[in-house]
Amino acid sequence: MKRPYNVAAPDTPPLTNGSALAAILSAGIGCFVLALLAILADNSVLVRRSLVFYKPTGVLSGVTTFGISLWLFTWGILEWRLRKKTVPAGRVSAIALTLLVLSLILTFPPVSDLF
Amino acid sequence: MEITERALWTLIHGMLFGGLYLLACSGALMELYRLTVSPTLPESTRGHDRFMRIYLITMAVLAWAAVLSGTYAIYPWYRATPPRGTVNLSLFPQRLLISSPATVGWHSLGMEWKEHVAWFAPISITMVAFVFIRYGRDLRNHRQLRLAVLVFAVASLVAAGIAGFFGAEIDEYAPVRGGSTIHVTAGEAK
Repeated sequence: MKRPYNVAAPDTPPLTNGSALAAILSAGIGCFVLALLAILADNSVLVRRSLVFYKPTGVLSGVTTFGISLWLFTWGILEWRLRKKTVPAGRVSAIALTLLVLSLILTFPPVSDLF
Repeated sequence: MEITERALWTLIHGMLFGGLYLLACSGALMELYRLTVSPTLPESTRGHDRFMRIYLITMAVLAWAAVLSGTYAIYPWYRATPPRGTVNLSLFPQRLLISSPATVGWHSLGMEWKEHVAWFAPISITMVAFVFIRYGRDLRNHRQLRLAVLVFAVASLVAAGIAGFFGAEIDEYAPVRGGSTIHVTAGEAK
């Protein structure tokens, strides 16, 4: 008889949550770094100049390239370290969601202009 | 009927990539909820789960296409600097918006927010797709994981919504125009 797809075989070990939490936490970090870089570039001439990777797009090219690179790098490291582990999901998710909310707030111009 | 090259790219960026992404978001949220949270477990088939995986990967591709085309194709045209003494700013949308107190907010608030917040959409949906592909319906057994995944999926919808709203409004007040003209059809004069 055909077994339903979502029922795991009895000898299949349960999936640890490490891999998912690595992805979730790195996404939060990626968003936060991007927001932080945008503020830094707005407030520092040195940062602004060093983040112009593609002149027609200006500083946005550096902010996004650097932010995305850091997100992928963090994801890779966390995936490597946590893949087979079980991690306190509540705490790590809370950190990731806090970073996400902060990122949304920090990119809002009336808030980012305060810095 | 004709369209300029830049207007066509704006259309592809906003309507094809961004618009389709926004449309797909509601479907993804419903399906993620149904598959991982809803108490009524839908009938389980490999075909359905494979469809969901392809759906989420397509969303991630759309989100990346939207931000990359926006940042590297359209934004340079938007922020182009006019030559000294230019009076007609219609080919320089950013300067056109800044030139009037009635429209400056669309740049200082709208574009300044949109150009950064939009990037949260591809980051979030890529993560959501990865987690769903790896865990699938096993997310039912991880309450905090599925909550985080759903919140990030909602955040990607919000980010794309903000970007889409301001993109549409900015295009209303200072459209990106110029480049070669593409003739779509030859109309008849009445």
